[in-house]
Order: sequence, then structure tokens, then C-alpha cells
Amino acid sequence: MVNFSVNGAKVSVPIEDDTPLLWVIRDVLGMTGTKFGCGIGQCGACTVHLDGEPIRSCLTQVSDVADREVTTIEGVGATKAGKAVQQAWLNLEVVQCGYCQSGQIMTAAALIAATPEPSDTDIDQGMSGNICRCGTYVRIREAVKEAAKAAAGK
Amino acid sequence: MLNAKSSAGGAGELSRRRFLQAGAAIGGGLLIGWGDTADAEPGSMPVAEFAPNAFIRIGRDGKVTVISPSIEMGQGTYTSLPMLVAEELDVDMSAVGFEHSPPSDKLYGNPAIGGAQITGGSTAIRGFYKPMREAGAAARLMLLDAAAAKLAVGVVELTTANGHVIHAKSGQRISYGALVDDAAKLSVPSKVTLKDPSQFRIIGTPVKRLDGPEKVNGSAKFGIDAQVPGMKIAAIAISPVFGGKLASVNEAAAFAVPGVRQVAKLDEAVAVIADHYWAAKKGLEAAAPKFDDGPNAKLDTADIVAALAKASKRDGVVAKKEGNAAAALGAAAVKLNSVYENPFLAHATMEPVNCTVHVKPDSCDIWVGTQIPSSAQLAVSEVLGIDRDKVSIHNSLLGGGFGRRLEFDFIVLAARIAKQSSDPVKVIWSREEDIQHDMYRPYYYDRITAGLDGEGKLVAWKHRITGSSIMARFFPESFKGGVDIDAVDGATELPYDIPNLLVDYVREEPPGIPTAFWRGVGPTRNAYVVESFIDELAAAAKKDPVEFRRELTGKSPRARYVLDRVAAMSNWGTPMGPRKGRGVALLSAFGSYVAEVAEVTVWDNGEVHVDRVFAVVDCGQVVNPNTVEAQIQSGIVFGISATLWGEITLKDGRVQQSNFDSYRVLRIDEAPKIEVEVVKSSEAPGGIGEPGTSALAPAVLNAVYAATGVRVRKQPIDAALLRSS
Repeated sequence: MVNFSVNGAKVSVPIEDDTPLLWVIRDVLGMTGTKFGCGIGQCGACTVHLDGEPIRSCLTQVSDVADREVTTIEGVGATKAGKAVQQAWLNLEVVQCGYCQSGQIMTAAALIAATPEPSDTDIDQGMSGNICRCGTYVRIREAVKEAAKAAAGK
Repeated sequence: MLNAKSSAGGAGELSRRRFLQAGAAIGGGLLIGWGDTADAEPGSMPVAEFAPNAFIRIGRDGKVTVISPSIEMGQGTYTSLPMLVAEELDVDMSAVGFEHSPPSDKLYGNPAIGGAQITGGSTAIRGFYKPMREAGAAARLMLLDAAAAKLAVGVVELTTANGHVIHAKSGQRISYGALVDDAAKLSVPSKVTLKDPSQFRIIGTPVKRLDGPEKVNGSAKFGIDAQVPGMKIAAIAISPVFGGKLASVNEAAAFAVPGVRQVAKLDEAVAVIADHYWAAKKGLEAAAPKFDDGPNAKLDTADIVAALAKASKRDGVVAKKEGNAAAALGAAAVKLNSVYENPFLAHATMEPVNCTVHVKPDSCDIWVGTQIPSSAQLAVSEVLGIDRDKVSIHNSLLGGGFGRRLEFDFIVLAARIAKQSSDPVKVIWSREEDIQHDMYRPYYYDRITAGLDGEGKLVAWKHRITGSSIMARFFPESFKGGVDIDAVDGATELPYDIPNLLVDYVREEPPGIPTAFWRGVGPTRNAYVVESFIDELAAAAKKDPVEFRRELTGKSPRARYVLDRVAAMSNWGTPMGPRKGRGVALLSAFGSYVAEVAEVTVWDNGEVHVDRVFAVVDCGQVVNPNTVEAQIQSGIVFGISATLWGEITLKDGRVQQSNFDSYRVLRIDEAPKIEVEVVKSSEAPGGIGEPGTSALAPAVLNAVYAATGVRVRKQPIDAALLRSS
């Protein structure tokens, strides 16, 4: 049994300790916003926040999040950075197929929370772990900038 | 390999008279759509039978639902097709929603793609531009008639705006929602008048994606997100060599993993079914399946390429002939010969292949994201021996398509697995299975020869295309003459005026590797060859690449215009730094014209970085400029991955690439700046999902030539050829 919290709600999951958080979130808790993309930490589709820091849920054993706070795409809108990122994504029409975007948004929210005024290089480096096959990168760059400004109240 | 089945008819089906039907929707409301004559017995059919036979449903709340004949896979069709309806119906986009269409060629077949229910080939707008508008216009007329009866006034006194019928004289306004019950009882107009483009309020304006909100908050549902009561999850291992068979499985070890429920063995694969994916994956590892490799056990890519090279010396079937290319080549002052090669490519959609199936004694439910719901339904009905109409396909958003989801191999496989279980089973392929059991873009081997006259003018052109025929499998009726019309697409109808031209096709199927469509289809493969070779000819003629092309476009003003614009936009001809270069490509395909200029830097280690790409696109009448720009950006990024790194190779029959570490795709820090200009046009709308990709490779590789003097005739780029010495 592993106890942790997801988007503010406490959960107790009877599951093997080595199960990746991704599959606990998706298959046990039934929250499908967090995506499976590669299973080896290459694509970033499974990004969630652990105590506010972005992690790859496909590589994180559920036992490692015991008694900690997990935030997923379903809950990130409750944070200032997450809300700003989601709004900027809509304003700039970032999404295409949308499959990678949960991970992109989680990474971007963590980026602007840690770096309130990201440079172009900060954005490219900070977002480089998230693959998008639809090629939404040009708009992601602009949207991260806009989100950072909005989150800073500018 | 499986044969694609499509119930699409030929040309006859396209010309069959279509007309409007209407009826009351389940739960109240007005349904309207294009029906086939065979379905239409207005007034005599039970209400429910009208429900799937429609593009539009209007509720008593005034909400308009567009049942989209094309599936959304990122290209924006769930916004652009509803825009067409909303334009003619006179409703605001905020009142419009979308639904996936159920399987039916008859109701949702695309007239631009053989009348089949297929989303592909950049055909959604081309096929449905008129039908969706007509459906909207007919619904509006019926609502007007209903309002006229209700108000006891003549229809001529009524107008419509923003979901209301307005009687200006009396100042009365009735919402569409208040009219749907009356309108549903009316007969459908046999003729509708569409708006003149000067009256458009929605078409041509930037409309926000209707699927945007759900894709930023995690609520969007893709196939992999299917949740069905009692559902189990399966992990799968398929014979690593195509054509191999399952030899042994340690079932006891699989069952020792907590959560494992079942081991489903198939001829060529094994699936472990469990309570959740991790248990299934661990169970599969414990099962340690062994396979007999079969006849392709020793197959290497080099064997396939050697066979293609040999086959390319055979005479091909003529796809296009103008003048006398052989004679003109004989008389040419300068003759050039080249061989170009396109590699096998995987699709690598972000959403790995998956499918959820519940097989019941005499019916079956499938939850999947597919570009071909109708043919998937037929294929499953055949493999399970269940009546076609008892196979329900619940389509979902696609986490990328790019052609992968034009195939039903994985749907049939999931059905065969689920047949062994009484529970619904979601089969999820690992990324490694997804890459190693894709159906791949074929390896193509092109021989191309051309001749210039004494003034450097292009007078003769011979292009032989050798490779797999996807069309022979996918649309066998189209292959009867022996020419694969996809394989030669982008090679036969050039934007250039070439007096003597011969394009032929040699079919050579590779053993041991299944082939399929890939974004940009024929034009992506051929534009690389044609536009690279045009660049070679420009160099041979000692002419500027833009100028050389320009001189050949006298009969194609739209091509010339986009070429001129992209040259201006990119400051063509201005100097660049060392190991930097600019390359151009011009494309006429999918009913659109695209010119791209790429700027690259070739690093000393031979790696190529694409710094900037300029694109000018003339896709005729634009529906949603937001989407057009996005699709060009998208196509460019997709094309760069393939051009720089994309390659699937076989060794001992096994695909050597497995995940994003070995099948590299472009990341944001490697992405160029992209500038897109869209030409204002009232020409018929063209496709936009693919041309951005098609023009990219030659633009980049011509830029590499400009930077280094090295001509890349085999994709992907071999960095060793470009290292500075």
C-alpha cells in the first residue's frame, strides 16, 4: 500500500512498490491526462510535478512518492504558473494532436515557476525534454514567454 | 501482411446523386446530412435510423453538433469542418461542437478520396468544402421555413444571424433551438444556394480550435484513454522478425506476477493481460517469449536496396509521357544522371499504437483512434466472423496519425487477443513495439536523368521510380494499369514546363517489412528527388536555383508567385557565413502550391542545424488561417526529423531502431525559426496537412549543398560526408 496525494486529494493504492507512478495514475486512479509516450524518459509526455518539481512519471517508482504531493495536468490549473501556461496555450493556439501537450504544459509550468523571466535559451533548454511530433515548438516558445509575463502579472 | 479492405466504390460512387435528408434526432432536435439514395425514404424511416446519417445535429438548446466525417489528428479538421457548417447555417462558432463519426463509407465517405471514410492525403477540406456548407445551408432553409410557418409570414421577410431567425418588420427573433421540432417535420430542400465568398463571416477568419480547451486541461480522450467497465490491460510482444512465429512462452512465470490474468497466444505474437499495464509488461518479460524467425531471419536493409537497384534497371510502366525524352536526351548539350534514395521510415506518433476491444458472443466494441473507421470495422468483422453491423467502432482523438492510423493491423491484432478474453482488453504497444512493428514508409530507389540545351534550358527529363506499391494493397482497383499513382504523385505533374518528359514506375516489393503511407505520401518522396535534381541542373546550367526554377514556371503562375514571394521573404541571394547555406524547393501537390527556403548551418562535425525556414503557401481559399500556418510549421518540423535522422534499418530481419533514443526526432532546442506567408486566394481550397513536409527535405538538402558543395542523394544525411576536413 502506497499513500500519497494527487492534486490535493489523499490516495492509498494497494500496488507493487516498483510500479511506475505513470501507470498508477492512469490505470489505477483512472486519470488519463498524463500520457505514456516512450517509457524510458525520452519524450516527456508523462511529466507530472512531485512537490512542485517536474518528474518523468514513467521512470518514477510509486514507492518514491509516498507521503508526497503529486500534481498532474488535471490539477496544475490550480497553480498560478499552470493556469498562466494553459491560458497562453489557448491564446496562441499551441495544440495540434494534443497528445504531448499535458507533458509540455507541466514542464512549462515548472519552468516559469523556477525561472520567472525565461530567455529564449532558457525556454529551448527547459523544454527540450518534451518531444512533439506535430511540431508545435514555434508556438510553444511564444506561449511560454506569454505565460511567464502573465504569471508575473505583467 | 494484411490487405487493407475498403468498401469504397470507384468513380461511380462519387457521381451517385447525393441529397439531403432530415429527421428528428434522438432526444429532440434537427438532424441533417447528406444521405445516399439507398438510405433515403424520407418520412418512412424510424427516427433512430436518421441519427448516424448526418453531419449536423441541432438541439433544443440551440447547440449545433457537427458529426465530422474526418477524424481529428492535430490538423484542425474539428474546427475547420464545423466552420463550414456554421458559415452557411449562420451560427456563432461558440454554439458549435463536434463528434466523431461512426463507421460508414456511405454517410461519411470523402468524395476526394474514392468515397471512402478515410482521413488522409490532405483531403478533408478538398472533399468536404462543399458538402458541409450545403448541409449547413439546407438546415438554415428548413429553420427559415419553420419560422415562417410559426410567424405566419413569408420566408422572404426573414433573415438569420447568430443562431436566430429574425423578422425585422415585427422585431421578432426566434432561436434555432425553438424551431428544431418544427423544422424536423419539414421536407428537405432539394437545392440550396451557397454564400458568395464576399459574404463569408467565418470562413477565412482565424478561429480558435474547438478542441483546444480539452487538450490543455488533460480531459481530451485519445484511444489509449479508453476506460471500459471490467477492462484489463495487455502488453504485447510480436515476432521481432516479420513473418516469424511464436515458439514458446513461460506462462507459469507470467502468472507468478501479481495482477496477471491471462496469457493470450497468437501465431505471431503473445499478449499478457493484467489488471494494469505495468503488471502486463512485467508478466510479458517473465514469459520470455521465444520466436522462430522464419524466412526473413537473415534479411538486411542492404539486401533490399540491392534488389531495388537491380529492379530499377527493368523497364517501368509509363506514368507520364510528354514529347520524346530519349531523343531529346540524345540531342542535349549537357546530360545529368543521378540516383536518389529514400529510406524506410516509422511514423512514431506520440500516442503509441493501442486499441481496446470487447468481444462478445455475437458483437464487438472497439475503442480506438483510427483514420479508417469503416474499413477497420469490416476487417474486424471478417477476422472475428461477426456481422459487420455488430462491430461498433468508437473513434477517438488521434495522438498523431501521419498514416500509421490509416492501417488496421493493430486493430485486428487487438481483436484477436480480446477474442480470447471475456473482458474488454486494452492492448498497449510499448514504444519499442510501436517502432519495430510499424508499417513503414517504403524505401524508394529513383533513377533520374535530364538534359539541358546549349543555353542551359531544361529540355529532357526521365525519372524512374522503383519501390513498394502501397496502393496495390490499399486501393487495388487503382493499380490495375500497373502504375502506383501515389508512388508517382509529385513526379508526374510538375510545376515546370519540360517539353520532353518520361516518368515510369517499377514495382518491387521488399520482403520482410510491411509498407504504408507516411505524411506527405508520394509528393514527400518525389519532391526530394525532383527538387534536389532541379538544383543539380541549375548548378550545371550555372544559374541561380530560384532563377532556374522561375524560368520553367511560365505556365504555372501560382507556382511562380509562391517562388517569387519566398525568395523575397528570405532575402534570397544575400551572402551568408561559412558553412551556412540557403536552399529552395517548390511544390505543387495536394491542390496547393508551396515554396520553402531553408537556412542551414553545417557544423564541423557534419551535423546539420536548420536555422530558419520560410514558407509561402497558396492553398486556394483559406478556411482557417490559424490552422494553415500551424500545419505548415508542423510539416516543416516533421520533415526535418526525417531529413536529418529518419531511418529504419533491418539487421537479421530485425528493426534496429526501438525508441526515441535510436529513432531521433527533432526537439525544441533544435527547431528552426519558421515564417509562413499564406497567399490570399479564391481558388478552390487545397490540402494543407502534408505539403509543408513534402517541400522540406529538398529545401534543407539544397541548403546543405549551398553550404558545403556536397549533394545528399540518400536520406537521411550522412554526417560523415559533411565533416570539415
